[in-house]
Amino acid sequence: MEKQNRRSFLKTTALIGAAATGISTKSASAKPKNILSEDRMGVLVDTTVCIGCRNCEWACKTAHNIPTEDQIKYEDRSVFKQMRRPEPNAFTVVNEYPNPQNSALPTDVKIQCMHCDHPACVSACIVGAISKEENGSVIWDTKKCIGCRYCMVACPFQIPSFDYNKPMNPEIRKCDFCIERTKKGLLPACVKNCPVEALTYGPRNELIKEARERIKRYPDKYFNHIYGETEAGGTSWMYLANQDFSKLAFPSPGDKPMPGASESIQHGIFAYFVPPAFLYALLGGIMWITKKRNEPE
Amino acid sequence: MEHFTKPSPVYKKFFTPGVFVLVILALNGLAFLAGRLIFGIGAVTNLNNQYPWGIWIGIDVAAGVALAAGGFTTAALSHVIHKEQYHDIIRPALLTAMLGYTFVALAVSIDIGRWYYIWHPLIMWNGNSALFEVGICVIMYLAVLYIEFLPVVTERFIGKVRMKGIFSILNKPLDAILRILDKGLSKTMFIFIILGVVLSTLHQSSLGTLMIIAGPKMHPLWQTPVLPLLFLLSAISVGYPMVIFESILASRSLGLKAEMNVLSELGRMVPPILGIYLAFKIGDMVIRGSFVYLTEFNTASVMFVIEVLFGVIVPLRMFLSEAVLKSKPLLFVASVLVIFGVLLNRINNFVVAYTPPYSYGPYFPSIGEISVTVGFISLLVLAYRFIVLNFPVMSLPDKSSVPQSKFAIRGTQK
Ligand code: SF4
Ligand code: SF4
Ligand code: SF4
Repeated sequence: MEKQNRRSFLKTTALIGAAATGISTKSASAKPKNILSEDRMGVLVDTTVCIGCRNCEWACKTAHNIPTEDQIKYEDRSVFKQMRRPEPNAFTVVNEYPNPQNSALPTDVKIQCMHCDHPACVSACIVGAISKEENGSVIWDTKKCIGCRYCMVACPFQIPSFDYNKPMNPEIRKCDFCIERTKKGLLPACVKNCPVEALTYGPRNELIKEARERIKRYPDKYFNHIYGETEAGGTSWMYLANQDFSKLAFPSPGDKPMPGASESIQHGIFAYFVPPAFLYALLGGIMWITKKRNEPE
Repeated sequence: MEHFTKPSPVYKKFFTPGVFVLVILALNGLAFLAGRLIFGIGAVTNLNNQYPWGIWIGIDVAAGVALAAGGFTTAALSHVIHKEQYHDIIRPALLTAMLGYTFVALAVSIDIGRWYYIWHPLIMWNGNSALFEVGICVIMYLAVLYIEFLPVVTERFIGKVRMKGIFSILNKPLDAILRILDKGLSKTMFIFIILGVVLSTLHQSSLGTLMIIAGPKMHPLWQTPVLPLLFLLSAISVGYPMVIFESILASRSLGLKAEMNVLSELGRMVPPILGIYLAFKIGDMVIRGSFVYLTEFNTASVMFVIEVLFGVIVPLRMFLSEAVLKSKPLLFVASVLVIFGVLLNRINNFVVAYTPPYSYGPYFPSIGEISVTVGFISLLVLAYRFIVLNFPVMSLPDKSSVPQSKFAIRGTQK
């Protein structure tokens, strides 16, 4: 009910704007799609299994029509000398870190969008261009995006990237969880192409069980933490590792959903538009009284 | 009430050597702006995937909005609580706010990657997004500011529409339209004045909510859940200093006499607001225990100390002194310090405090970014000068000495 009020007020206020631009508000909704389905899918990344072959990088580019060099070139391990981040033309990258248990076997970490359960980017986007879908993927809509880059400011994992050098239609680029493939029942390209099954695709709940099982079975091999189970309120992509995640350059955003604080402040200030309306009435009252007082002069 | 002044256009030449410099700066900014439009944001800025926002957001937008607060604070003072003695400063303050927000809107449009989609927030809403609330409020407030300024335009042209040639047949109807507009406006203006104040409090505070979602990416000296309140308080506290600053500056450059008695009275109202702001800022720091970061010596701690010391504490002390309130140069300096403090606060919040988890080096604005920002400010000053020379904005001594309150106190008169 209260929600309804707020929404209908938003409708009225925006009607003014819409009338000015002559555009119908029928299709507009006050919030972007943000579904937290019980059966949302996820991927468990077992960094102890990953061999750093970067097949996933190649597969991801190929699946998204991003031009790339031959797969054979990916065998070059010198790229690991530098830490790399996802970019407009690389939705996923693998970085390498030392392994304290066995220096001959470094730890390789594939990174991409975490597909958060409570995505900061979805909450932040000014026009609701980013949405969380039923299957867990967080995807971006080119028809809405205005390129303000607030999603980049908001993302705790520093994932979305932007085409800074395109004057027209620059895009926010990030892993889309291969939504076009999964819709057709295919595996995400990176999962499909991993030769050592470091990536497991499945319902998020199952993956957490599986991860717990692995840690229980090999307590010496794994650091006892599933990164992504609770981070930033939980993410669809989760990680296992042989060492503390901070050593693998994972950020520590805390366990609370990132949008929590800002959304409650936001809704507190606006609180179904009661405070602004109250302020309006108050100022109107003061104006009326002081005017009366000045009149007799 | 004796009103011996009356808003009227200032009769002076537009061009002076200073104006010439401004024109060059503006052209330089426009050149870089063209570069941005032709080659993309990356070509003229130092922004990247680590630092998505730079000074175009920190200065042009965030500080721009704060420094245009003189508009709603004087409107509240003069129209809402009816302090009649401030009517002379209301039009200049309104003009600054109107131009300020116009340039804020321009700056936003060129900072976003897809400037041609700037209208999207009007029909595509995300009520969860602080940026959405800021955007909608700024758009509505901009419209309100234009409406509030309309009487100045009608006043300028009523009875003076003299187009030549075939357009002359339009003169009569146009004049009639202006008169109707003028009448309607003076009856309904109070609605817009209150709306303007409400919208301002809303977006000034929402602007503070913006960075909260960045969470740990923002330095703890600034990241706090009370940011919206701090933003609102600092915006209110910079309102009158900004009016004092521009009054002194404008009167100097236009060869008018600054109304020191009005300005000192305005100055007297600064300390309570600035004091509350300071109390909240320090209180918040104590409660969160973030003062421990002041013991580290780095850019963040230095910038924080400069901001609070020279931008809040020193001017607060100055405004409390009677000698400062009476002296034009000292009042000017104190006002400049408050403005500097709020400007620095916005830069700190949006640029300095932003520490992405992965970065290849710190962000520093490029020549292009600085040029565009300076260019916009120059254009704003030029537009201000053009308008005060051509429209009845500044209050000048009234030759006939007849109080013409109809136009001076429009909208709030019965
Ligand atoms: S990791 Fe970042 S971009 Fe991906 S869903 Fe989470 S907030 Fe959004
Ligand atoms: S850049 Fe696009 S997707 Fe990101 S917040 Fe802005 S409008 Fe939304
Ligand atoms: S899920 Fe798809 S888009 Fe995401 S990293 Fe894997 S291949 Fe790339």
